[in-house]
Amino acid sequence: MAQTTLEHLESIHRPAAKPAETQQPNIERAVAVAGGGSLIALGLLGRSGWSRLTLAVAGLALTYRGLTGRSLLSGRKETKHYGTSHAASKMKARRGFRFETAMTIQRSPEELFRAWRDLENLPVFLEHLHSVRDTGVGKSHWIAHGPVGNVEWDAEIISERPNELLAWQSLPGSTLDTAGSVRFDELFPKDRGTVVRILLQYDPPGGGIVESVARLFGSGFEHSVREDLRRFKQIMEAGEVPTTAGQPSGMCGKKRKGGAS
Amino acid sequence: MKAVCWCGAKDIRVETVPDPKIINPRDAIVRVTTTAICGSDLHLYGGNIPTMQAGDILGHEFMGEVVDVGKRVTNLKRGDRVVVPFTIACGNCFFCRNELWSLCDNSNPNASMAETVYGYSGSALFGYSHLFGGYAGGQAEYVRVPFADVGPIKVPDGLADEQVLFLSDILPTGYMAAENCQIRPGDTVAVWGCGPVGQLSIVSAYLLGAEKVIAIDRIPERLRMAATKAKAVTLDYNEVDVTEALRELTGGRGPDACIDAVGMEAHGTSIDARYDQFKQSLYLATDRLHALRQAIQACRKGGTVSIPGVYAGVLDKVPFGAAFGKGLKMAMGQTHVHRYLRPLLERIQSGQLDSSFVITHRGRLEDAPNLYRTFREKKDECIKVVLKPAA
Repeated sequence: MAQTTLEHLESIHRPAAKPAETQQPNIERAVAVAGGGSLIALGLLGRSGWSRLTLAVAGLALTYRGLTGRSLLSGRKETKHYGTSHAASKMKARRGFRFETAMTIQRSPEELFRAWRDLENLPVFLEHLHSVRDTGVGKSHWIAHGPVGNVEWDAEIISERPNELLAWQSLPGSTLDTAGSVRFDELFPKDRGTVVRILLQYDPPGGGIVESVARLFGSGFEHSVREDLRRFKQIMEAGEVPTTAGQPSGMCGKKRKGGAS
Repeated sequence: MKAVCWCGAKDIRVETVPDPKIINPRDAIVRVTTTAICGSDLHLYGGNIPTMQAGDILGHEFMGEVVDVGKRVTNLKRGDRVVVPFTIACGNCFFCRNELWSLCDNSNPNASMAETVYGYSGSALFGYSHLFGGYAGGQAEYVRVPFADVGPIKVPDGLADEQVLFLSDILPTGYMAAENCQIRPGDTVAVWGCGPVGQLSIVSAYLLGAEKVIAIDRIPERLRMAATKAKAVTLDYNEVDVTEALRELTGGRGPDACIDAVGMEAHGTSIDARYDQFKQSLYLATDRLHALRQAIQACRKGGTVSIPGVYAGVLDKVPFGAAFGKGLKMAMGQTHVHRYLRPLLERIQSGQLDSSFVITHRGRLEDAPNLYRTFREKKDECIKVVLKPAA
């Protein structure tokens, strides 16, 4: 028990045998090439200059992506993650969700660990969480938002190395098998920041009524978790989250709602 | 308040909109005393920049008086006169700390959109589409300035607005372009594009020690300004073969450094320029690079090509073999304005630098729709437009 580490955590939630992943990208890519070609044709046939340009450039990018699997401008390969359900996929979805990423933040490991260790604070930047309540003795009660209602579970801290590692997992019998870990590694020389590696895992429990995690949390879950972590970095570095909500803009002839001047 | 709003391609309207408010603790509100229209605003005017929404307030070159500050802004107070950088930077991320202010990690609320298109997000910009943050711009009576404890620079009373306004964008842009050339005594620098950025690149190149600066354009009033105000040797590319002329002017060696102050909407009449236009009309290329191509071809071996001109998409037929073979250095990117505010303000105060000579047209905010058109069509010898919201 005293040796619980990230590796132990990962062995508990051993990934299922890799599904026939290669099928999925090929179907997507074929659709992308066909779609891209149509967009280019539509672009050439369209009338207004701006919409032609958008369509044709989008078509170009889509065709390129279809042929090579890479984004035209960013060069990034489409992210593959097994487990979340996908309409085009023929594989047996595991219905779980595993998310892993690393980011570098210009704060010390001590400051970042402290921000994360206060679990009740997590919902400030992890917006997919509604609340986390410390229930004592390393245990906590978590509530997450979902499109079909909130999801709740109890968790306990299974590993804690101050300023280095924090790992938690849901207690047996929870409605959802969850696990998470955060590692903090300072870069050298000083002032290059701290690398924060996060692993989040949500699985439907075995037995009983099984809901796919995608249904529980909505599609686009990975995107929203990425944005949650971006928010964490913004708060830790800039002290605030950049926003334009509430700024003025013109109406261009349309009526302004609510009678505001 | 009144604000210049984008309502569609070639549709600019001055509308009455709500006043901006403090939203985040590091914000300030500035009452705008003078603002300018930038050459890059013309890409917005032409409808060439995606992610614009009808009603967006334009303007990224502006200055004025602080009228309100958020809780965490302690370096500014009401009444301070400031010039505001067009790039928005948080001050604390890796990039800001390394003086790469226009690459800030934390100022773009739409960073994930930019990452989807480009693979990364740089800093947000005022008034330049939602891809770059969607912040309301400064062609208005008031503007909300985020990270006001990092961006705005206080300017002393002895200087008129027009003397310092261009610290917001085009002066640091021209200066950084010239600085990137790593000019040594005796150097010849060639500048493509005699718009305001080109003019200020010429001036900056001389300031940094260039022996000779050669300016290339086809618009007569711009060539005239480059010759009489900026003291450049000028070449009209409709009259001469630029590559030949540059070779002659540099004794066969080629300019030591070349500045592309034109960017992706290069005009040209040569075969390769026609090729770019042809491909662009078929939407098989997004950017035209006639000026960049010439810069690469003309630059001497071992020289530097410095690119302040904006590019947005992909290029075709870049003579990269020549660039490689000649061992060219290339430097480019959005200006790290914050880096240059203090040093350039000092040079302005000591009389070494004056950027106000680029101004050709002045008006009120209400004149914006007409002046956008005038600027776009280069009518009336228009080179730079400055607007003053009603006092």
